[in-house]
Amino acid sequence: MAVQPLLSIKDLRTYFTTEEGVVRAVDGVSFDIAPGERRGVVGESGSGKSVTAMSIMRLIEPPAGEIVTGTIEFQGENLLALREDDMQEIRGAKIAMIFQDPMTSLNPVYTIGDHLMETIMLHQHVNKHDARKIAADALGDVQIPEPMTVLDDYPHQFSGGMRQRVMIAMGLSCNPDLLIADEPTTALDVTTQAQIMDLMLKLAADRGTAVMLITHDLGVVAGFCDTVQVMYAGGIVESGKAQNLFSDPQHPYTWGLLGSMTRLDESHTERLHSVRGAPPSLINPPRGCRFNPRCDFAKDICRETYPALRDSGNDGQLAACHFATELDLKLLTIGEASRS
Amino acid sequence: MTDLQNRSGDPGGDDAAEGLAVEPITQWDLFTARMRRHRLAMLSTVFLFVVVFISFVAAPLLKCDKGATECEFPRLWDYTDGLRDDGGRLLVNIAPRGPLPFGSDEIGRDVLSRVIHGGQASLTVGLVTGLLVASLGTVVGALAGYYPGIIDQASMRFTDLILGLPLLPVAIVVGRLLPELTFLPGWMRAGPWGIAFLLGFLLWGSLARIVRAEFLSLREKEFVEAARAAGASDRRIIFRHILPNAMSPIIVQTTLIIGAAIIIEAALSFLGFGVRPPTPTWGGMAASGARVAARGFWWELVFSASALVTTVLAVNFIGDGLRDALDPTQTIERK
Repeated sequence: MAVQPLLSIKDLRTYFTTEEGVVRAVDGVSFDIAPGERRGVVGESGSGKSVTAMSIMRLIEPPAGEIVTGTIEFQGENLLALREDDMQEIRGAKIAMIFQDPMTSLNPVYTIGDHLMETIMLHQHVNKHDARKIAADALGDVQIPEPMTVLDDYPHQFSGGMRQRVMIAMGLSCNPDLLIADEPTTALDVTTQAQIMDLMLKLAADRGTAVMLITHDLGVVAGFCDTVQVMYAGGIVESGKAQNLFSDPQHPYTWGLLGSMTRLDESHTERLHSVRGAPPSLINPPRGCRFNPRCDFAKDICRETYPALRDSGNDGQLAACHFATELDLKLLTIGEASRS
Repeated sequence: MTDLQNRSGDPGGDDAAEGLAVEPITQWDLFTARMRRHRLAMLSTVFLFVVVFISFVAAPLLKCDKGATECEFPRLWDYTDGLRDDGGRLLVNIAPRGPLPFGSDEIGRDVLSRVIHGGQASLTVGLVTGLLVASLGTVVGALAGYYPGIIDQASMRFTDLILGLPLLPVAIVVGRLLPELTFLPGWMRAGPWGIAFLLGFLLWGSLARIVRAEFLSLREKEFVEAARAAGASDRRIIFRHILPNAMSPIIVQTTLIIGAAIIIEAALSFLGFGVRPPTPTWGGMAASGARVAARGFWWELVFSASALVTTVLAVNFIGDGLRDALDPTQTIERK
């Protein structure tokens, strides 16, 4: 990428100390996000997606979890070296975050207006009256009717979709450069999901805000993101342009994930394919490639050496597999391979 | 549109525009509406206001000639003539009757005016102790619950220490020594203030634990994470985001403590280690009333004890009503 990246993460390692041992939730993650980019982050539960996001926001709390090494450069500044109060200036103002569950992300004792105005007054240094106006505009942007009246309503008077709109309004109210959305539609019903995604990404595009969208839903990524990174057991196994990655996966895990999607254009007479085995322990990850115990193509080298992300020669697509270029994992072969 | 109808309790009348213009229900409206439903709490509030008014505003206005030997103590009205025998001696242990509705005690003092003045001591102890406990317990509990590790451990072990102190023996010893502690200012040594501070420092432990528990659970809530992600500082999160959500247990526990402090003060005064005579207190009056009750002079004991019990009950009912009314997730429809 020729453009100066907005966010540049290098070798991020975030570990949690538990009674059983050290959980390597994020273990050596490096990636860049360009200004205005829409980045999808997919992977199964526990693959380190959310912890990566929390690390960027520096919301990992010390006794339990710790960012062990790595740099997170945001607009050329290493966030991990900032003092806590400088970090507070960045949170909400330059990097905003939308959480998974809108039902619990709003404080029940404050009105919608209080929530919005808090962020605005913390970062934009305006008085209450102006903050109220900005808040009402922000609510109007997320298509909430009668924003002036709604400001005095309490969260419990709202439905899930409305609350997530409020969260989006809060996230975007200070025109951040990066919006991290951690499974923003998981808690919503299917019809609302698409509306919310459309709205969020349209507003982000209007403002030139880069979006890091964390999700389980490959369909959402295919529909909304420019680039994707697939995470597995605390590391990135594959990343690239969304279209290329979906049509031509280079890593067996990505291939497996794509194969386990339900598709409307296929008959459903067969059992749905699933990636065999269970996610590995993050305390004692498997030697070599972390995916090797579940991989259909694993060879000796996979059990010995950890594969680095390498360019697979497909328009910047990177895959962490020893056989990325050798394996031919075209989407078409998936159904057949799993059936055989 | 479906979202919109969810918003208000308006059953979506025929005129949509009019339905939208419904005045929003504020949190205060909900609070007062719920509180009004709680009859006992409302009654108790009125009762407590009357008690406070009588004790602090009306009592000093009561007739009393401080200098005169025959009226050394506060009296509701002048009954000197009717209460002396032919030899001019003060009549003691008079049963309740016209000018002496609560009777007189073993040295001829009007029980009614002493019950009224006694309220000052009890209420001062209750309120001052309550305030001390609320502030100490909240601060310690909030810090312990919000900052895990060394702060939590240190403050909770200190709390354990305070909770481990045997309340009554410590209160008796300190209460006994209080008037002799010359390094304390005079207002602390005599009267209810010293007792109030003593009880305040002995009783905050339970509240600190409750507040810590609330903070431990609330700090993991997503809205706290969301506030932090929006750039709020620790102080802001503690006071603006978590504390208001922990208010209802704090208020309920504080009212319970106020009730308990009034009772403990009465117990100390009953035993002679609380507020010293001649300052009237309900506990002290109950003690002297109990001495004569066996001889059939029941009134001092009954009236002072009733004042104590009704006041403490009222405080607890108010706490009960506040707990229901302050819960923001509760609806008005409460049966």
